[in-house]
Amino acid sequence: MEDKKLLEIKDLKVSFFTPAGEVKAVDGISYSLGYDEVMGVVGESGSGKSVEAYSIIGLLQSPGKVIGGSITFEGEDVLAFSEEQMRDFRGNKVSMIFQNPMTCLNPVYTIGNQLTEAITCHDKSVSKEEARRRAIEMLTLVGINNPEKRMNQYPHEFSGGMRQRAMIAMALICKPKLLIADEPTTALDVTIQAQILEVMKDIQKEEHTSIIFITHNLGVVAEICDKVSVMYAGKIVEQGSVNDIFYNPQHPYTKGLLASMPRLDQDTHEKLIPIEGTPIDLLDPPQGCNFGPRCKECMKICLSKKPPYAQVGDEHISACWLHFKGNREE
Amino acid sequence: MFVYVLKRIGAAVLTLLLIMSITFFLMNAIPGSPFLTEKSTPQQIELANQKYGLDKPLVVQLKNYILNYLKGDLGVSLKMQEGTDVSKLLFHQGKFELSIKLGISAILLAIVIGIPLGCIAAYNRGSWIDGFLRVMTTVGVAIPTFVLATLLLIYFGVKHPVLPTNSGSLTDFKSMIMPIISLSFYYVCYIAKLTRTSMLDAINQDYIRTARAKGVKTRWIVLKHALRNSLIPVVTYLGPVTAGIITGSFVVESTFQIPGLGKYFVNSILSRDYPVIMATTVVLAALVIFMNLVVDIVYKMIDPRITLTNKEG
Repeated sequence: MEDKKLLEIKDLKVSFFTPAGEVKAVDGISYSLGYDEVMGVVGESGSGKSVEAYSIIGLLQSPGKVIGGSITFEGEDVLAFSEEQMRDFRGNKVSMIFQNPMTCLNPVYTIGNQLTEAITCHDKSVSKEEARRRAIEMLTLVGINNPEKRMNQYPHEFSGGMRQRAMIAMALICKPKLLIADEPTTALDVTIQAQILEVMKDIQKEEHTSIIFITHNLGVVAEICDKVSVMYAGKIVEQGSVNDIFYNPQHPYTKGLLASMPRLDQDTHEKLIPIEGTPIDLLDPPQGCNFGPRCKECMKICLSKKPPYAQVGDEHISACWLHFKGNREE
Repeated sequence: MFVYVLKRIGAAVLTLLLIMSITFFLMNAIPGSPFLTEKSTPQQIELANQKYGLDKPLVVQLKNYILNYLKGDLGVSLKMQEGTDVSKLLFHQGKFELSIKLGISAILLAIVIGIPLGCIAAYNRGSWIDGFLRVMTTVGVAIPTFVLATLLLIYFGVKHPVLPTNSGSLTDFKSMIMPIISLSFYYVCYIAKLTRTSMLDAINQDYIRTARAKGVKTRWIVLKHALRNSLIPVVTYLGPVTAGIITGSFVVESTFQIPGLGKYFVNSILSRDYPVIMATTVVLAALVIFMNLVVDIVYKMIDPRITLTNKEG
C-alpha cells in the first residue's frame, strides 16, 4: 500500500486565455499524494493554488484550460473523463470545501436537503431515511449539536463556523478518498478557525481521507499537514515534509515566508521581515526564475534561466540555482 | 402572523378609502355629466341629478359612496344600463369572469413559457439559442399589443381564416387562441428576459459551485439550485401585473370583440357613469392589493430568509 499513490500530478499546466494574452496560472507542477496523507499547498494570492485544485476536480471555469500534463487518480486518467464520469467522480471520490461558508450553501434549501442530495445524486438506490440517517451521523461527526433539529434548518440559521462544519459534513458524506480544502478557515475568525482545524484533524484520523489543504497560513499547515508544497507564480518552488519546510527551508521564498510570520518563541521586539516587491505579472513572466526579481540572493543565472529542482533531502526538493552553486564553482 | 394579517387588512381598507376619494374627485373633475346629451334640457338634467343625488355637495356625495360601499351597495348605473345595480353589471353579466378567464390564461401562458425560455437562454448563454431568444424577447417587449393583435387578426382571421375574428364570450378554445397570445406575448418576453438575467446572476453564486463539486447533474443544478433563487424578481413583477392584465386588456378586448371588463371600464369613463367608474376602480385596486399579499406569501415560500412579520416594522 505504501508505494501506491492516490493522486499523481505530472507537469500540469493550466492557462487562462484572456483578451490580454495567455496567463500561465499553473506552469508545470508535479506531485503525488498517498493514501491517508495530508498535503498543504502554500503560496500567496494568485500563485495558482486554487486553480491547480479546481483542475483536479474539473471545476475550472472558462477561460481557464488545462493545456498539458496529466492527473492520475488511482490509476485513472482524470483529464480523459467524460462529463458524466467527471460528475460521478466529483463528490464521490474527490470532494471539495471552499473558502467562504457564508455563500457556499444554497440559502433556499435546508441543510438536510443539501446533505442528502450529496448522497442521492450519486446513488439513487439509497432511501430517503437512509440518506437522512447518514446525514445526521455526519453532522454529529463534525460536532454539530442537536443534528435532527439542525437538519431542518436553513443556512441562515447557522453561524459561519457551523456552516463550514456542515460543508465538511457534506463533502465527506460519500466517504471520498480525497478532500480538497480551499482555504477553509480563511473567512472565519481565529477561534473558529482552530475549531474547524480540530474537526478536520479528527475526521482525517477517523476516516483516513487524504487532504489537499490550500492555504496561505503557514500556522495552519504546521497544524495539520504531513507534507507541504510551496507555490510561487504557478510553480512549486519547494516541496518536502512539514519538518523539512519548517526547520530546514531551502528555497529563499520559503525562508522569506517563514521570516514574515510571527512566532511564539520570538523576542517581543523582533521585527517581522516582509518579502519585498510584488508578485510577477503572469501575463509577462520573466525569462529566469519567477522569484528572481524579489530574491535577496539573486544571481546572474537566476535572471536568464529557470532553475531545475534539486533533491535536497529524501522527499525534499527545491527549485533554486543556489543549490547548484557549489557544483558549478568546482 | 395573526397580527401581520390584521395589519395588512387594515392597510388594505385604508388604501381602498384613499383610492375611492382620489377616484371620486378625479372623475368629478372631468367636465360633463352622465345626463348631458344633445336633446336634454337643463330641467331634465337637474331632475336626473336630483334623482341620483348628484346635486349634493361633493363631500356629501363621497360620504354617501363610502357608507354605501361599507354596506356592500355599489350603487346603480346612471348611463350604461340605467337603473341596473352596478354589482349586477360587473359580476352577474359575465364581464368580470370573462376578463378573469382571459387574464389568468394569459398570465399562466406567460409563466409557463416565459420562465423556461429564460432558463434555456441562461443555460445556453452566448450560444445562438441565447442570441435568438434575446432578439425575440427584445422585439416582443417592443411590439405594441394592438399591432400584434391586428397582425394575428389579419393573418389567421382574414387571409387564412382558421380562427374566428370575433371571439365573443370565449366559449370555445379556438376563439381564445388569438386574444390570449396577443395579451400574453409581451409578458412572455418580459418574463423570459427577467428570468434569464436573474438566472445568470444565480449561476455565478458560490453555492452553484458547491453543487457542482458535489456532483449534481448540470440540468438539476439549473432547475433546483439556480431557478428557485432566481424567481424572486419574477414573482415581484408578476404580482401587480396579474391584476393589471385582468382589467387592463382593453385593446385585446376591443380588437377581438370580447365584452369584458376592460372595455366596459373605458366606456364607463367616456359616458361619465360615475358609480360604474368607482366600482371598477375599487375592484381593480382590491385585486392589486390582494395580488401583492399573494406575492409576499409566495416570497416566503421561495426564500426562507424572508420573514413576513418583521417586514412591516
